[in-house]
Amino acid sequence: MAHEETVYDALDQAHGGEGHWAFGTGFDDPLAGVDTTVPDGVDPADLGAYCLMLGDDALVLAQRLTQWVTNAPELEEEVALANIALDLLGQARLLLARAGSVGVLGRSRTLAGDTIPDEDALAYFRDVDEFRSTALVVAPNGDFAQTIARLLVAATWRLALFARLRASRDPVLAAIAAKGVNELAYHRDHAGRWLLRLGDGTAESHQRAQAGVDAVWPLLADLFTATEVEARLTAAGVAVDPASVRDEVRSVLDEVLTRATLRLPAWPADAAPGGRLGRHGPELPALLEELQGLARTHPQATW
Amino acid sequence: MSAPTRDSLLDDATLEAYFDATIAAGHRIEPRDWMPEGYRNGLIRQIAQHAHSEIIGMQPEGDWLLAAPSLRRKAILLAKVQDEAGHGMYLYSAAETLAADRADLTDKLIERRQKYSSIFNYPTLTYADVGVIGWLVDGAAICNQVPLCRSSYGPYARAMIRVCKEESFHQRQGYELLMTMMGGTPEQRAMVQDAVDRWWWPSLMMFGPPDDDSPNTAQSMKWGVKRHTNDELRQRFVDMSVPQAEFLGVTLPDPELTLDPESGHYRFGAIDWAEFKRVIAGEGPCNDERIARRRAARDDNAWVTEAATAYAEKQP
Repeated sequence: MAHEETVYDALDQAHGGEGHWAFGTGFDDPLAGVDTTVPDGVDPADLGAYCLMLGDDALVLAQRLTQWVTNAPELEEEVALANIALDLLGQARLLLARAGSVGVLGRSRTLAGDTIPDEDALAYFRDVDEFRSTALVVAPNGDFAQTIARLLVAATWRLALFARLRASRDPVLAAIAAKGVNELAYHRDHAGRWLLRLGDGTAESHQRAQAGVDAVWPLLADLFTATEVEARLTAAGVAVDPASVRDEVRSVLDEVLTRATLRLPAWPADAAPGGRLGRHGPELPALLEELQGLARTHPQATW
Repeated sequence: MSAPTRDSLLDDATLEAYFDATIAAGHRIEPRDWMPEGYRNGLIRQIAQHAHSEIIGMQPEGDWLLAAPSLRRKAILLAKVQDEAGHGMYLYSAAETLAADRADLTDKLIERRQKYSSIFNYPTLTYADVGVIGWLVDGAAICNQVPLCRSSYGPYARAMIRVCKEESFHQRQGYELLMTMMGGTPEQRAMVQDAVDRWWWPSLMMFGPPDDDSPNTAQSMKWGVKRHTNDELRQRFVDMSVPQAEFLGVTLPDPELTLDPESGHYRFGAIDWAEFKRVIAGEGPCNDERIARRRAARDDNAWVTEAATAYAEKQP
């Protein structure tokens, strides 16, 4: 009885004024109250470019995982995949906001209306060649097994990077990494547990898991090669050298695949950076068209 | 003193008298208590229909997840659609306390042997639809569901408390989106009005047929499964929504909508019950699409569930 009245009361009171309804109104700067000073000796353009690399990976993978929502195998998995996508979206927002705070906005700032915050200017008003995401996260989902194989690789790699990034000389990056480590540890665990079930489940799931792993492994090739930006920022104590996480990533993946009774595909030779330099295959334009279309149709709108 | 259980040796008449007394006293029926088969089956039907509505209801809004126009809106919508999956899970669990089975209920949904709320058979044409669904559709759902927090069946009542709290949050988020859009460009304001025009009447239909054409209402109210009639709840929703529409600055698409000063209630125009029946019968704009997607999620991924089961059986 009491509960019923409470909820009705809350709704009735809401007639009276905007205050009752509009909590969360407006846009809150995700970096509000954070000291965004760039560390000494660091080129803000480099720092911003690095934030775009890490932010775009998170944004694009969140978009891919969101494609599973309403299509997942079980309701529990709907919730889990949406949750992982939400974590990554949160990381993307912080990283894009950090890129904006150091002035790395380029043309997106003039294309987006004044009411649009930096994170959205960057997410919605950059063109394909301005995105810095790796081929690993851009690749289509494939079936559930391939989705899980990609998530395992992406989470393992990103967790290894973020664990080291907690010591970054940029306090904002260090804080984003510290928050992200807990999330990524869960993502890796979730994907790892699924790969065990699929690899050691039925004959069909084993075959699909192996095919998923085989499809994803070549995408490891450019993950461990530093761009010039990453090399300079690593020297400055701001970024993590991607080569430094290779052994950890390999050892985790080897262990999970072995326990999942899957054959280890050949480890690909290191390749030159591609996505990190804005070079993308045909899948990213299609993904961005869907992501950006509505926002670009209404550049002066307020959402 | 606790209620007799199903294992009790008491005869049915005694058990039923005890059941009726429990209901009359406003106490809750719990899963192990004896209950008439009609009560059990009616509840399974109602809870399953509600659970199906949550799961099918993920689709119309889910269609905007990939295209949400800001990252903040994307996060809000993703969290909301995720909540709906959670509501479906609690509700299927509540049905399982009555000896129903989630997979079987899902099969019945896909084979169209059980229904879901007809509102989810309408398409979401613009992003304003996301806001209007929050405001009107979730608003109507709250009016329907808040009384169910006092349902005579314990597990359902307890699930509804959490569902209602989250629905209330969703309604406010929807309204807040509309407020923001009404403060935006002329195109955005036009989108909001258009969405209100399309969703208002289907929202009124969410309360079900009028009382003189609602065959289950009397028994459901006697058993305390339902607490108010369809028309009472519909009136409550209209009375609540009119001032909200005025504050928002939109016009509700009903020229007959007027305040009756004597009763204090808003009088509204005739609902097109023929349309309601068509949509219920499967002829709404999106019925086939909604069921097809649910069927594909089950069938295309059946191998995943089989794998998880096989793996679990192998563990020591």
